[in-house]
Amino acid sequence: MSALLGYTVLGLVMGAGYAVAASGLVLTYTTSRVFNVAHGAIGMVMAFCYWELSAGGLVPGGLPAWAAVLLVVGVIAPAFGLAVERIMMRRLTESPAGVSLVVTVGLLVALIGLAQTLWPPTARPVEPFFGAGGVRLGGVLVTYHDLLTIGVSLAVAAGLYLLLGRTRTGIAMRAVAVDRDLLALHGGRPRLLSSLSWAVGAALAALAGILLTPIVQLDYYELTLLVVAAYAAAVLGRLRSLPLTFAGAVVLGLLQSYAAGLRAAIPTLFLFAVLVFLPQVRLRSGGIRGIAAVPVPGPRRVAAAGLALVAAVGLASLLLPTVQVSRLALGLVYATVMLSLVLLTGYGGHVSLAQFTFVGVGAVTVAKLGGSPGWPSPLALLAGAAVAAAVGALVALPVLRLTGLYLALATLAFGQLMDKVVFQTAFGLGESLPVPRPREFAGEGAYAVFVAAVFVVMAAGLLALRRGRIGRMLVAMRDSPAACATLGLNQRGLRIGLFAASAGMAGLAGGLFGGLRGTIGAADFQVFKSLPLLLLAVVGGVTSVTGALLGGLVLMLLPILQSEVPALGGLVFLLVGIGAVSLGRDPGGAASHLFRAGRWARSLVVRPPAGPVEDSTDAPDSRVETEGMSLRATP
Amino acid sequence: MRRIRGWRRRGCRFAPLLEVDGIVVRFGGVTALDRASLGAEPGQVTGVIGPNGAGKTTLFDVVSGLREPYRGRVRYGGADITRLGPHRRARAGIARTFQRLEAFGSLSVWDNVRVAVEIRQGWAASSRAVGGAAWDLLDRVGIAAFAGHRADAVPTGIARLLELARTLAIEPRLLLLDEPSSGLDDEETEALGGLLRELAAEGRAILLIEHDIELVMGVCDHVHVLDFGRVLASGGPEQIRDDRRVQEAYLGYSQEVPG
Amino acid sequence: MTPARTTPILELMDLHAAYGGIEVLRGVDLVVPRGSVVALLGPNGAGKTTLLRAVSGHLRPTSGHVHLAGTHVNGASAEKLARAGLCTIPEGRATFPGLTVLENLRLVTYASVAGRDEVLERAFARFPRLAERRGQLAGTLSGGEQRMLAMARALGADPALLLLDEPSMGLAPLVVDELYEVIAQLSASGVAVLVVEQFAGRALGVAEYAAVMRGGRVVAMGEPADVQDELPGLYLGRGLERGTG
Repeated sequence: MSALLGYTVLGLVMGAGYAVAASGLVLTYTTSRVFNVAHGAIGMVMAFCYWELSAGGLVPGGLPAWAAVLLVVGVIAPAFGLAVERIMMRRLTESPAGVSLVVTVGLLVALIGLAQTLWPPTARPVEPFFGAGGVRLGGVLVTYHDLLTIGVSLAVAAGLYLLLGRTRTGIAMRAVAVDRDLLALHGGRPRLLSSLSWAVGAALAALAGILLTPIVQLDYYELTLLVVAAYAAAVLGRLRSLPLTFAGAVVLGLLQSYAAGLRAAIPTLFLFAVLVFLPQVRLRSGGIRGIAAVPVPGPRRVAAAGLALVAAVGLASLLLPTVQVSRLALGLVYATVMLSLVLLTGYGGHVSLAQFTFVGVGAVTVAKLGGSPGWPSPLALLAGAAVAAAVGALVALPVLRLTGLYLALATLAFGQLMDKVVFQTAFGLGESLPVPRPREFAGEGAYAVFVAAVFVVMAAGLLALRRGRIGRMLVAMRDSPAACATLGLNQRGLRIGLFAASAGMAGLAGGLFGGLRGTIGAADFQVFKSLPLLLLAVVGGVTSVTGALLGGLVLMLLPILQSEVPALGGLVFLLVGIGAVSLGRDPGGAASHLFRAGRWARSLVVRPPAGPVEDSTDAPDSRVETEGMSLRATP
Repeated sequence: MRRIRGWRRRGCRFAPLLEVDGIVVRFGGVTALDRASLGAEPGQVTGVIGPNGAGKTTLFDVVSGLREPYRGRVRYGGADITRLGPHRRARAGIARTFQRLEAFGSLSVWDNVRVAVEIRQGWAASSRAVGGAAWDLLDRVGIAAFAGHRADAVPTGIARLLELARTLAIEPRLLLLDEPSSGLDDEETEALGGLLRELAAEGRAILLIEHDIELVMGVCDHVHVLDFGRVLASGGPEQIRDDRRVQEAYLGYSQEVPG
Repeated sequence: MTPARTTPILELMDLHAAYGGIEVLRGVDLVVPRGSVVALLGPNGAGKTTLLRAVSGHLRPTSGHVHLAGTHVNGASAEKLARAGLCTIPEGRATFPGLTVLENLRLVTYASVAGRDEVLERAFARFPRLAERRGQLAGTLSGGEQRMLAMARALGADPALLLLDEPSMGLAPLVVDELYEVIAQLSASGVAVLVVEQFAGRALGVAEYAAVMRGGRVVAMGEPADVQDELPGLYLGRGLERGTG
């Protein structure tokens, strides 16, 4: 009896924390139309800030807890939210869900990097508020911290209820979500409301982070991932309804507490279930939509570029020291994974937040098969691709109806589930599996050439696909599902095939990855690995093979730069951040700039450069001072 | 292909190819279609006119399967297709264009039509045949000169003709055209009118939403007037033009009443 | 009536505007004198709605000038113009369906000189039906009631200029009558109105001037009676003219 009560209390406390986080997420999303994947990461960084102020070395002796909370939740977090909105999010309101998702993924990656740089891993115990004291309730000790958490969540619920229901600002925040233009015609200021919602959202993330820290401790990933629970609760409220969000959060907290064995998997299962049962969205129609993409090269150019790449890698493997050759091979493996994103995201228009999970499936398959007789390594590689493709098709089935943000969240839930359940089982706890390489390519240099060749073959195949029938259909389906349906295309089959092919490509890359590493463990395929992958794929240019190559090499270089030239670490994150922000303008990524630069350079040869072009829309005479202006005859 | 030839030879049948019966569609508190009933016959151009917001595009959404009606039936060639998915209806020969344009923006004009031909003909057709068919269709609607342009970079009028070419690629028996002339100049509109007559003469049923009343009067065999989601009047073009209710729906007054 | 002034409340000079490279307004010249009602008519696709978007601050003109009360306002934001006394009611329902009637009216106070109570009082005095449904979500009101709620903004916001896009679209004649009574009432209190309509008859009944758009330009402007004669040709084709003339 008292055990049940104990679990209930713990569940309520967790649920209260989730509710605070989830309500911030919903508030930000409804007002600004940007789903903040980095919501948990903001909470994590703010929890570290709180630790720094109260127990860290920044303030001698440390601030009292209440002062630190006030400073973090009342000043630092809102200011941070405002800055993020101003710098990154403002122009994303109208952009497709995919782009805004990737930008917030960029923020998440940058925040984790920032936290790891500022606060290197050591034990940082965080005391609950009011120490260990509490009240006894039917034989169960309910700490004052528990009571505080529940109290705060109730206060947040009441505060949001009053804000959104009773104040003009709150009503306008609900209105701006529906029709920004109409609100502006009323005289409301959509941008100001959006800034405000990010400030409040960040403050709520900080509050949740600080309240939950004593329960989960200060950890970069645990705290960031707490947000999956918040996602689940928010999605139950369809990212709109705060009461449903609160209810979802509490139910989640209780479920997690009762089913302690499945604790890690429950939020994701919950999220997955909620997503699968979401009602069908109607096919959007209206307006021609196209994505700027770099031109698709012809077969001859592809063959020439491919041969050149393999030759260059071969030359490098002869000239460079072994360590550098392995790094190059790693970059090429990443590039191969990114090819699978070119197919799925670049051509198909779907965002996957769990592509590295399929890499894991491929690697594990090769590891399990490669040791047994009768499975020569190249065949095992193909088997890995096949298993990954089958898993991809299986995942695609329940999420077929989802699009955009919801689909991306479903992939995240899937990745998390595989990470926590399947991979843990496949590897056993803390164990690792050896992965064989093809016998003919056992040496580092030979293996690098092998990887380059696989990349080239896959890239050439992908480009051939894009030039052909299926490529046209995929792009058509991305641009207008409604038109495809009314032309007679059965999109179910094509979408399942798209997911399966993309997963299969990632699975093949997984076999290469395993072979390169020699041994693999569960930690290699955490869901978090997928986020920088997606980010750099998109920053590199997710609509082109060149972009995948660029992104793969940069993804390989990032940690190396960070560890070998720590001073550059911050700079690199800044660059990635800038890359992500610039996506709002050109979804073609860096590769698109590269091609443009190439065309520009060629044009220099032909004719002298033209002078700078005046931007006529910003001509000075068209700027008007309307501050304090009134049209009314009698004020 | 065999089926298509079959119905062509049979020519005009007595039963309409499309029968829309008592369709009701509501969104929010507004009734977009209120027991609307009308039909379309092979070999004829049937006009659907009415003021903005009368429910014309919603009607097309219901017939093409993009929106499920709250009540009522859609019959096509005698079969009830009210619950059939949009891609199945397309395969049965129902094709439509979109008022707000749904061209594939990242593909070239030629590729837009090629995709449609490929969807229709499946994997067996040779790419040379597909490309040729697409080219012929562009030529037929008169936009072959734009074949290499990206569809999101051509003028509205060209995009509309592109959508028309794309629907023809799936060899439709019933064509739903939603304001095909908007964005065209007078000469292009005239050419479009000729093309519509030609397409009808080949045995297709054409349902035409149009604001250019001259075009409607010029090419339609039969006109339905929609207002407040209901069919206000049906008849030949002359009959419709002289109908007082129609004039009132459009102008707010009729000619007999001196202004 | 406001004192007569020489500067019109709205003046458009050679206004050009485009959507994604396609020019929709091709040199519009239009004047709305202070305190007058101007009907802007024309067939679908003539650019009427685009014109309103360019004036209300949602679409930046590519060239030409928009003058409001003598001030050049190209590129001013919609919310600033709204607060300065420009009330725009776009076509469609023009309300927030997820907010209650009261909450919708609360947002009117952003642009209004009057306070919250005053706004409610004016709205409910004119449209008692809204008072009965004050707690109801706007999305559950009938089309006509939603339109009334949108018009209530014009009553509460004390505008100097009211832009109306197709107020009668899709509404039953009785409701249209009621809306046009409100337009007449606002006009009598000195508000200038530019009303865009396809439904020409009703607008011509209250307008002092009428302008006809076609192909992105104003092709005719004058007293309602003058313009009325040209309308059937523009709307129903030349055949009708032959039939009656």
